[in-house]
Amino acid sequence: MMQLRTKFFAAAAFALFLLFVVPMVIEISGRWDFYYTLTSVALLSIASAGVWLTFYIGRINIGQGAFALFGGYASAILVVKYGVSFWVTIPLAGLFCVLVALVIGFPILRLRGVYFAMVTLVMTEVARLTALALPITNGAKGISSIPLPGSISLFGVILVPDFSTLENVKLGFYYVAVVLMLLTFAGMYRLVNSRVGHLCRSLQQNEELASSIGVNIANLRLIAFSISSFLGGIAGAIFVGISQSIYPASFPVKDSVDFMLNCFLGGLGYVFGPMLGTLVNYFGWDLLFSAGEYQLLIYSTLLIGLMLTLPNGLLSIFSKAKN
Amino acid sequence: MTIQPLLKMGWLKHFSFIYLSIRLSFNFAHCLPWRPDLEQIIVNGLYMGAQYALIALGLTLIFSLMNVLNFAHGQLYVIGGFMTYTVSVKLGMPYIVALISAGVSLAIIGAILEKFLFRPVIKKSVREESTMLLAAGVAFFLDSAILLLFGEKQRGIPKIVDGVFNWDFIIIMPYDRILIGCLAVLIVILFIAYMQYSKAGRAMRALAQDKVAAQLMGVNIDRYSMIGFALAAMLAGVVGGLLVSITGVNLGMGGPTSIKAFMMVMIGGAGVIPGAIAGGFILGMMESVGLTVLSDFGDITYLVIFASLMVFLALRPQGLMGKPWG
Repeated sequence: MMQLRTKFFAAAAFALFLLFVVPMVIEISGRWDFYYTLTSVALLSIASAGVWLTFYIGRINIGQGAFALFGGYASAILVVKYGVSFWVTIPLAGLFCVLVALVIGFPILRLRGVYFAMVTLVMTEVARLTALALPITNGAKGISSIPLPGSISLFGVILVPDFSTLENVKLGFYYVAVVLMLLTFAGMYRLVNSRVGHLCRSLQQNEELASSIGVNIANLRLIAFSISSFLGGIAGAIFVGISQSIYPASFPVKDSVDFMLNCFLGGLGYVFGPMLGTLVNYFGWDLLFSAGEYQLLIYSTLLIGLMLTLPNGLLSIFSKAKN
Repeated sequence: MTIQPLLKMGWLKHFSFIYLSIRLSFNFAHCLPWRPDLEQIIVNGLYMGAQYALIALGLTLIFSLMNVLNFAHGQLYVIGGFMTYTVSVKLGMPYIVALISAGVSLAIIGAILEKFLFRPVIKKSVREESTMLLAAGVAFFLDSAILLLFGEKQRGIPKIVDGVFNWDFIIIMPYDRILIGCLAVLIVILFIAYMQYSKAGRAMRALAQDKVAAQLMGVNIDRYSMIGFALAAMLAGVVGGLLVSITGVNLGMGGPTSIKAFMMVMIGGAGVIPGAIAGGFILGMMESVGLTVLSDFGDITYLVIFASLMVFLALRPQGLMGKPWG
């Protein structure tokens, strides 16, 4: 009980830190560009959390970029062509991705190991080609000048102001992304420590054994993959809201690989691994910007070095210390 | 399946799938209301297929030996192309020398990658997927190394042989493409023979089949994993060297090449050598048919290929010849 309470306080402190302390520090230091960076990290870590969940059932998912792209296009098309409010399109984009995940997932989730990894990787490339080929997505020109999100009001009380009237749009999106990220990871933590989470872990270890003691592995795989795709979809949708545009090349293979790397970096055995991994990956890359043409060289060398010293992720430092 | 007894016939199984893919594309093209230049499509498909098979062979070899999905395979291919360009154009050596030097240098790079990077990580990590992060890191590293060493420009080398083979306007094919295609087929045959009859080849096949049993029989895992990785890298480098004389090579080709190689390996079945050859030829043929037949509908060849791949994998998750679950 005591432990639960400390965990709760830690989570609350972390939330307060992100929602109040970070914006205050940014105001004082005047580094406004950090809002955009941190918003990106928050959104990318939502998508990475999805990838992490598929890792949790023992599947290597390199297809999250495809779902981010689907979600982004779903939101953009709903906003521009049908005049739906941006806020409504976020869950709709997620649900659209769930639908796609159910259709695609049913056959491909039977695959394991590298087969699944390769299929999902190819899927990312195909999502780009689909966006190029379909008429509704407007081909290579993409969809641009999407309006900023409007206001949400409940019984006449304005809950979220119209973003186009906001003085600082970046701060608005920062709050949206951070709140969603906190909700996502709280949900993930709850999921992993629930009955379903334990069943997922049994899938990771041995599917045949799990199936033989009565676990419905086909359903469970689909559920995990759908949740993963949902997270990818909402992250993609909000990205579109921020950049007000989407192109077929918005989420290339590189992004899909990055989502996977984030999970590896943080550690596959830890729920909060993807969050830390995304932060380190994104900031590491940004900090190396000053290295100019050597940026990729140093970045990849660090990545390889990290793999050689900590092959089980950054968070495995702590479990080592415990032992 | 009626094809099964055919598969058992040793050598023939490597080529029955080539025949099958030709046959299928023939049938497919016959269903169309207009008649495309079938012969031309097939020759193009065979030519592409021979190149693709070489790339897929290396990828599948690494996978079967070490369970590593080598993301950096496309980059190895690009380095091979640039090496060939550098030796033959910058240093003015004959093409064949350039090709051999590309193969040798890539073999060295492959051996180094295995010995100093993949081997320690495989030994230390809890989940074997961790090597994927390493492979992705290596892919990034090689990309940046290529950028720094060879620059970002598209490079090509002058034609090796001039002239165009023209058989009554039914098949039109430049002589250099024919030469390169034949070279690729020759290398595939050499590779199969090496795997079939040499001591190292036998050891590698034993490792792929059952690691523990092979080790108990006295096969040195470390040594043959390294040889396998070097051989795979060499194959990728040689394909790069072959294709640089026709399509040229540039920095951005690495990633897409890896993806194509993954598709071929999936078609044929991961970790199976005849499967990789079959996958290479089938993808080459599909691409060749698709680019001709579907050209009226825009750039949807790969979309169609992927959709059919999904249906295929839903029916047969292990590919044509793979072991179930890789």
